[in-house]
Amino acid sequence: MKPILKRLHRYYFIQGEPMIWLTGAGLSLSLLMIMGLIVLVVWRGAGAFWQEDLVLLKTKDEKPVLAEILNREPMPAAEGKPSAGFRIRTKIANRDLNGLDFRWIDEPTIVSRERPKDAVILERQEYGNFHGFLKELVRDGQPLASPAGGSALAELRKLHAEIRPAILKLKAREREEVGAINAELEKERLRVKTAERERPARLAEITAGSERRTAELKVRYEALRESLEKERGLLSATKAVFADAAGQTKEIPVDEIVRIVLPNDLSLPGKLGLYFSRLGEFVFDEPRESNTEGGIFPAIFGTVTMVLMMSIVGVPLGVLTALYLREYAVQGRVVRIVRIAVNNLAGVPSIVFGIFGLGFFVYGIGSSIDKLFFPAALPSPTFGTGGILWCALTLALLTIPVVVVASEEALAAVPRGMREASLAIGATKWQTTYRVVLPAAAPGILTGLILAMARGTGEVAPLMIVGVVKLAPTLPVDSSWPFLHLERKIMHLGFHIYDVGFQSPNIEAALPMVYMTTVLLMLVIVALNLSAILIRNHLRRKLSASVF
Amino acid sequence: MAAITLGSIARPETASSPASGVPGPPLKDVIEIRGLSLFYGAKQALFDIDVVCKEKRVMAFIGPSGCGKSTLLRCLNRMNDLIDGVRIQGSIKVAGQELNSPDVDVVDVRKRFGMVFQKSNPFPKSVFENVVYGLRIQGIKDKRRLHEAAERSLRLAALWDEVKDRLNDSALGLSGGQMQRLCIARAIAVEPEILLMDEPCSALDPIATSKIEELIFALKEKFTIVIVTHNMQQAARVSDETAFFMLGKLIEVDRTDRMFTKPKEKLTEDYITGRFG
Ligand SMILES: Nc1ncnc2c1ncn2[C@@H]1O[C@H](COP(=O)(O)OP(=O)(O)OP(=O)(O)O)[C@@H](O)[C@H]1O
Ligand SMILES: [Mg+2]
Repeated sequence: MKPILKRLHRYYFIQGEPMIWLTGAGLSLSLLMIMGLIVLVVWRGAGAFWQEDLVLLKTKDEKPVLAEILNREPMPAAEGKPSAGFRIRTKIANRDLNGLDFRWIDEPTIVSRERPKDAVILERQEYGNFHGFLKELVRDGQPLASPAGGSALAELRKLHAEIRPAILKLKAREREEVGAINAELEKERLRVKTAERERPARLAEITAGSERRTAELKVRYEALRESLEKERGLLSATKAVFADAAGQTKEIPVDEIVRIVLPNDLSLPGKLGLYFSRLGEFVFDEPRESNTEGGIFPAIFGTVTMVLMMSIVGVPLGVLTALYLREYAVQGRVVRIVRIAVNNLAGVPSIVFGIFGLGFFVYGIGSSIDKLFFPAALPSPTFGTGGILWCALTLALLTIPVVVVASEEALAAVPRGMREASLAIGATKWQTTYRVVLPAAAPGILTGLILAMARGTGEVAPLMIVGVVKLAPTLPVDSSWPFLHLERKIMHLGFHIYDVGFQSPNIEAALPMVYMTTVLLMLVIVALNLSAILIRNHLRRKLSASVF
Repeated sequence: MAAITLGSIARPETASSPASGVPGPPLKDVIEIRGLSLFYGAKQALFDIDVVCKEKRVMAFIGPSGCGKSTLLRCLNRMNDLIDGVRIQGSIKVAGQELNSPDVDVVDVRKRFGMVFQKSNPFPKSVFENVVYGLRIQGIKDKRRLHEAAERSLRLAALWDEVKDRLNDSALGLSGGQMQRLCIARAIAVEPEILLMDEPCSALDPIATSKIEELIFALKEKFTIVIVTHNMQQAARVSDETAFFMLGKLIEVDRTDRMFTKPKEKLTEDYITGRFG
């Protein structure tokens, strides 16, 4: 009995074999959970751009539909009876005709399934996709004769390749030129308002000049609008007539078609090409249809810009704090309390930081800036409302504890001998700090930056109230002076996930987008961290021993 | 018996060395320690020390581990200021000026000293930047001057041949002994008036050690040197005077040749003949 206990004790606690297994199990469990999350998100997201076949479904008691089949499950059974078979969830599209995009169909009612080669999916600027068959092309109400030997579809493709880029260009021009005129109009308005306050003596003169100019601008605006309207009219005159599975026809202007796909006629390489083309659109284009279609480029751009701004503000501040705490402050009770307070700051719910940001930055500092520098624009706020600057500052505040803790540890790890060597040679404390201590601590400080960026990129709640919006009309960086527009509102990947996933009217259509956005958010975090890690490794290599 | 053997170790005789018996001009007192006591908090580490180091001569501190040699050495350039709770009584004068008086700027004091530490402590910078660190602190930017100073110091520290092709590599990639010589080069690059060396050769092989000893002979033409060593032969070879400490107390200080042949104290004789500690 006793020897057995002794052996067990020896086995468990002295050799520690089971403990090794325990640590291994802990690691595997953590990895498994993380992997599970990633695999789920990637798996559900990856299917988002894959084109399934279009199936023509004829049922016993309803009109036939052209649909993509999404999934299949047992029909919900009535009380006490076995399930009567399966049902399928289909995407029938044609929201403008059917009123909804998705429909459950009970399998027993299905009479036939076909995959007609000429079934077309149109991705449209509005109303989502259209499933149907091409009937004919019309221009100004007159049928367009198909060229000899060519099919109507080939002709449609040709027209689409001309018209679609033209309309996109037209829209860009419209945005730019109308925007320029609007900016000038606003400038005139502000000039009068400024004069009212600052130079009442010359008010009449200025007002007259301004009115003249405004009138001029209005004339220019009208002319521009007319010419744009005319061009647009020319472009949207060409329409394609489509019929849905039940034979109901619909005229669709060619300039509203984003993409024409014949899924049942596509080979595997064709489908792959389509997949990547859609992926590219997702990453590099702007959103359509209240964010449920199109791309998320503005959100990626907003997130990255904001996180970089946050790092530029937050890291120096955190490092300075850590420097004072570690190098200059007398280590005593006060410093200990400050340190504990900073650490606890990391545990404050992030929404509290958001509320603080709203009260302090937006309403406090922002309103003061408006009063001092943009009084003419009041009452409409410039900085006194959410914007990228306030987002970055709020996040900087949120992540400073992380930077401070990491930097303090890095500073503490710089050996005493190094400081003494520098001081003994006649360097002052500050020279020692910035020539020896900071470079030696740089890798550790960068670790703090990495942690802060990861935390900051994933944060959503506080941003919702200090400047992140569902749809921002402009990017925070563009080609007009001063290039970086600190007061602009931005889109953000994290908020996009929340918005599309929980606030959109068409959640089923948006779900794959939510997963893909999540994947992209994770990729952005990885990319930001990877670049910081590369810098850190470079520093480490430069600083430390290659061989001993 | 053994004292005679030690004393008979050949010492290179330099013309200016007073030990050689040739009378030179009277030498100034560069460092004058009077009645120095030092406390680490409540614990007393040095008891009433009196030592005088003369210009252009080498003073060796010897004694068993923990007797306070490093502590005394660090008093000379006020490195003990950096340790919390250190209290000093008594007087240290450097070139006639009281070291611990409140109107003395500690940075200026340290600029007059070069220090080689017991544990080598190169900066996490390139070999070159390590050597010229002190010059950069003094605000020297001229590339050619920096390069000349670096090469001269590295040659003196017997390191030039080993590192001349890797001046821009990290100093932390050097071997332990190379690092120690780098620290010596760094200390002498600024040409300090007084050089404090705390066991500079403890990590070095015999060849490098003899090079460093040559360096000491060369440097004492111009500078004053204080060296801490555990190596009796080394103390006998390089120093003009020796101070022997035990348990924080100065036991004996005398000309090296006399100390190693006819020590006054029994304790000293026991220690240098190896009968003790
Ligand atoms: N920072 C410190 N705080 C408290 N006590 C210290 C401190 N530094 C040294 N001491 C003590 O002072 C005494 C003298 O130490 P010192 O380092 O001067 O010895 P040493 O003669 O240089 O020894 P070694 O030959 O081993 O280097 C020792 O008892 C040591 O424990
Ligand atoms: Mg020592």
